[in-house]
Amino acid sequence: MSNKEKHWEKTKGLMIITLIIWFVFGYLIFMFGSDLNTSSFMGYPLAYYMCAQGSIIAFVVLIFWFANRQEKIDEEFGFTEKEDD
Amino acid sequence: MFKGNFIDNLPKIYGTYTGGFIVFIILMAIAEQAGMTAKTIGILFVAFTVCIYALIGYLSRTVQVDAYYVAGRQVPTVFNGMATAADWMSGASFVAMAGGIYFGGYTYMAFLVGWTGGYVLVSSLLAPYLRKFGCYTVPDFIGTRYGGNFARFCAVVVLTLASFTYVTAQINATGTIASRALSIPFELGVWVGLVSILLCSMLGGMRAVTWTQVAQYIVLIIAYLIPVFWISNKSGFGFFPHFMLGEEVARLGDLEAQFGLVKNAAADIKAAGVPGGLKSIAVSHAGVPEGGMAAWKFISLALCMMVGTASLPHILMRYFTTPSVKAARKSVAWSLFFIALLYTSAPMLATLSKISLIDPNLPTGIIGKPIAEIMQIEWVNAWINVKQAFIADFNGDGILQLNEWFMRGDVVVLATPEVAGLPYVISGLVAAGGMAAAMSTADGLILAIANALSHDIYYKIIDPKADVRKRLLVARALLIVIGAAGAYIASMRITSILGAVAWAFDFAMSGLFFPLILGVWWKRATRQGAIAGMIAGLASGTAYLIYVYPKFMGNTPWLGIDHLRFGIIGASVCLVVMVVVSLMTEEPDKATQQMVDEVRVPSGKTILGKQH
Repeated sequence: MSNKEKHWEKTKGLMIITLIIWFVFGYLIFMFGSDLNTSSFMGYPLAYYMCAQGSIIAFVVLIFWFANRQEKIDEEFGFTEKEDD
Repeated sequence: MFKGNFIDNLPKIYGTYTGGFIVFIILMAIAEQAGMTAKTIGILFVAFTVCIYALIGYLSRTVQVDAYYVAGRQVPTVFNGMATAADWMSGASFVAMAGGIYFGGYTYMAFLVGWTGGYVLVSSLLAPYLRKFGCYTVPDFIGTRYGGNFARFCAVVVLTLASFTYVTAQINATGTIASRALSIPFELGVWVGLVSILLCSMLGGMRAVTWTQVAQYIVLIIAYLIPVFWISNKSGFGFFPHFMLGEEVARLGDLEAQFGLVKNAAADIKAAGVPGGLKSIAVSHAGVPEGGMAAWKFISLALCMMVGTASLPHILMRYFTTPSVKAARKSVAWSLFFIALLYTSAPMLATLSKISLIDPNLPTGIIGKPIAEIMQIEWVNAWINVKQAFIADFNGDGILQLNEWFMRGDVVVLATPEVAGLPYVISGLVAAGGMAAAMSTADGLILAIANALSHDIYYKIIDPKADVRKRLLVARALLIVIGAAGAYIASMRITSILGAVAWAFDFAMSGLFFPLILGVWWKRATRQGAIAGMIAGLASGTAYLIYVYPKFMGNTPWLGIDHLRFGIIGASVCLVVMVVVSLMTEEPDKATQQMVDEVRVPSGKTILGKQH
């Protein structure tokens, strides 16, 4: 496998992990909204909290994490951009 | 004071600007104490901020193609994040979102999840690759990846339909706010709004829009957060509302049980003469409706909004302006961070507003009190006079019940400062914030349409030999034409029949989502497949919309997929047709496959040249 292909394999892997986490916070937990709401977090019912703040914060953290991971992958295969590109 | 070039000085420039804006707010507060009227304060707030935006727009004028289309590709990540956040958060987000949560509770909050989660798709599937491609517009990518003018043309059609659906609502919002703040008729307000919008974008295209959007973000976020924190502290609900309103949410649940959530019969509402668009609370604030169908409705709405986000050209094109692919990725994260500052505050504002109004133990509470007494309150009178609030004593006991108090959703943002007894300067600030939110989104949308028409239709299809001067002239002329068309439709006050903002997301996802992502992620995707997918997706989505929308054919939605969710049908059809047709046709040539390989690698030159 060429360098480019290996880079793309890893990139795809990261994309899939990112989308799995996205699916959990965007959909999976809300399939069980009424069960979730029986517990609470910081005094808020949990399902309410997750859509008011929890999932939104999770998405922000997820994208920062994803961007850093992808930069590491690019570095590993020598595809880091030069500043003057 | 500012040495070196403009980009290096950005933090200083916007720091000074923010400081200046805060000084302006303080001056207005002092002027209010000195006896300046509420009307004058409102006019000054809107006029002052709009003049600043126009000045930035003028200073950013340009005669270069890449500056006009992609801001010269030198917008730093954090600033592009702020600009995207302003581009994204519309007048509706600013004014109507808290009201939506106030009336719709948990069910409505699917929009919050949907309007934020889409950025995960943008960052992982699209933005870095489109940046590497080096396109000026979204159809530019479709046209080059798949080849041929017809594919490009189809993408322009989807883009125009989706963005135009959205833009009339934004011009409408600028008109509403301008007319209220400046005390002029709505029809005139729309044109004042349009002129303000064009002042920001005409001379400098994307460059001017970028720097005004950053300025608009700063105004809108200050205008949203100050009231939320102030109300929470003043009424003693907690120093930091986001972490401290748990008790209030629980209390709302108790009050709902005590008062009962009564859904008024349509006939009663009509008989009482409640003005159109006003609602009473009939849905639980934090309670989750039982059953699989309710859960499906929640996640299907979130899905449409997320996929739609990742297909809306005015958002995607913001990531063409960063200096590198790496910066494009990071910039998506910053965008969502800045959006989250407002979105996580909206439920808090809704909670504060609701508890202030319905808790009879609080001095601001009105539910459970004698109607004659409530009618004495100044703000109640003021909002009833302009038909934004209404009292209907259904049971005739002279006491206001929860289901007897009607108001418009917008009132939550516009009136809560007044209800909590904040000075008028805050209401002026909120008007400036709403204006900033509506203007910034309208600018992004009008520019997306005008750029697609000028670059993809005029330059790429009609006259490829046109020189720079002519291209930019056409781009600017189109900006005026599209803005005027939007303003004309808005001034006819028919926006209510043009449907919801959600439609823009559904149109975009029906026609563009799969052609975009498969263009990067599936080498086998062919021109014929993409064209068939775009046409079939848009046609089936639109047909389904006509089939279910109550004002058109009004048939029973299939599996709960109503007019807000028609993109699910369109995008599914688009995917199937695109895959099947691609597999039936000959695979793309070597050059195209190599181009896709190049897009996947962040380093190296962009596919399309710096000037094209």
